[in-house]
Amino acid sequence: MNPEDLKYTASHEWVRVDGEIGTIGITEHAQKQLGEIVYLELPEVGHVYNVNEEFGTVESVKAVSELFTPVAGEVVEVNKSAVGEPGIINDDPFGDGWLIRLKLSSDAEGESLMTAEAYETYVREEEQGA
Amino acid sequence: MGAPAAAAVLKRTPLYGLHRELGARMVDFGGWEMPVQYAGILEEHRAVRERVGLFDVSHMGELDVQGPGALDALQALTPNDVAKLADGRIHYSAFLTERGTFVDDLLVYRRAADSFLVVVNASNTPKDFEWARTRAQSRGQVRVEDRSADYALIAVQGPKSAALMSRLSKPDPSDLPYYGFRDTEVAGARTLVSRTGYTGEDGFEVYCRPEDAERIFRRLLEEGKPEGVAPCGLGARDTLRLEAKMALYGNDIDDTVTAYEADLGWIVKPAKGEFIGREALVAQKAAGIPRKLVGFEMADRGIARHGYAAKTAAGSGVVTSGTHSPTLGRPIGLALLPSGAAAVGTEFEVDIRGRSAAARVVPTPFYKRPSA
Repeated sequence: MNPEDLKYTASHEWVRVDGEIGTIGITEHAQKQLGEIVYLELPEVGHVYNVNEEFGTVESVKAVSELFTPVAGEVVEVNKSAVGEPGIINDDPFGDGWLIRLKLSSDAEGESLMTAEAYETYVREEEQGA
Repeated sequence: MGAPAAAAVLKRTPLYGLHRELGARMVDFGGWEMPVQYAGILEEHRAVRERVGLFDVSHMGELDVQGPGALDALQALTPNDVAKLADGRIHYSAFLTERGTFVDDLLVYRRAADSFLVVVNASNTPKDFEWARTRAQSRGQVRVEDRSADYALIAVQGPKSAALMSRLSKPDPSDLPYYGFRDTEVAGARTLVSRTGYTGEDGFEVYCRPEDAERIFRRLLEEGKPEGVAPCGLGARDTLRLEAKMALYGNDIDDTVTAYEADLGWIVKPAKGEFIGREALVAQKAAGIPRKLVGFEMADRGIARHGYAAKTAAGSGVVTSGTHSPTLGRPIGLALLPSGAAAVGTEFEVDIRGRSAAARVVPTPFYKRPSA
């Protein structure tokens, strides 16, 4: 269920790298754990981030979660429709529920990103460890 | 996303298997493995406000207080006036410390002058039982028993709850007064039904034997289809109770908060005579109540949650509960604020994870059901 063309973080974000642009969102597993999302806070266009920096928060009725950058770069686009209607993150976390797009810096990628397969194993272990 | 909590041996209610079957997500709630949601908190919340919802609240504790000295013992142990309670009636009350702070909040059911049922919060049950037993029994002529294992408890809540209950129950509970109760047959099982709840809606609570709980719950689900019945979890229970400004022990009240500070002065009856906490409360009222539990709404974005610091012109305070109100569609919460900042309309700041967000004291409850 986790798309093969994405890379994943231990904090349940994904990134799709397309040329010099990285699109970032949260995973299906993350949205399920949170439940119905009611607020989303995202940065302004122009903000520059290192890898693994907090770039926003996502809140459900029950919980709040910080969002961390899987890659480094400058924010070039923010998903305004997700801010206005955060439920689309629940409905389509890998598609219409994306969060931000970064123009990647040269040393953009974090070393600890996982493939879809590694992420699935990671989620399974996290659940069993619970 | 935070790391999952460490494993622990959790208690389960007789409805555990049914919750799993219904697809509930289970969480650790004060040592109990309870359903937090089935279809989703917002949807379940709406079901209770508009139709009818079913909750498993079997984790609640039940203490039997019996004997010729039962009434006097409860008068001494609780701040509300038990002498005013008629047979078949219930009132909201508390066990208080000598400082007038909460050991727990609870409901007192009067079966007869010598027989009461005290319903307490799940995780406080052992503490409450010891508290009541040691203090009541030294007075003599009264016996306190923890009967929690003998009861399962199903809450049927919402504007359509009376229609549903009346088809399954004998006698028909729809003529029960608010905070009244009686023995009732529900789905063929012997139960005690009270017109109570923790949602701000009309509703009933059905105390039954653990072995009857699943059958009753299934019958209510089946029979309630025309009403659009929905099983509801603790997530919706929390948003519902918060909109109705009902305090949650461990969040809004605990042994550091007095009954007056909690804005629960209406359960404190100093004129009835001695009770534990009376002296401290009388003194606090005379000296002036330093802080108050108030309702607030956020003017800025984000939810102010339990434990977040509040900054007012009259000093610091703390958020005790906060959520997204499904009915209002915006963030609401309760906070303990200095009395000088507790008036409706007062603006203050909440520290939301390092960001200062504007909030405003508003009238409560946030939601009041349309009168019938």
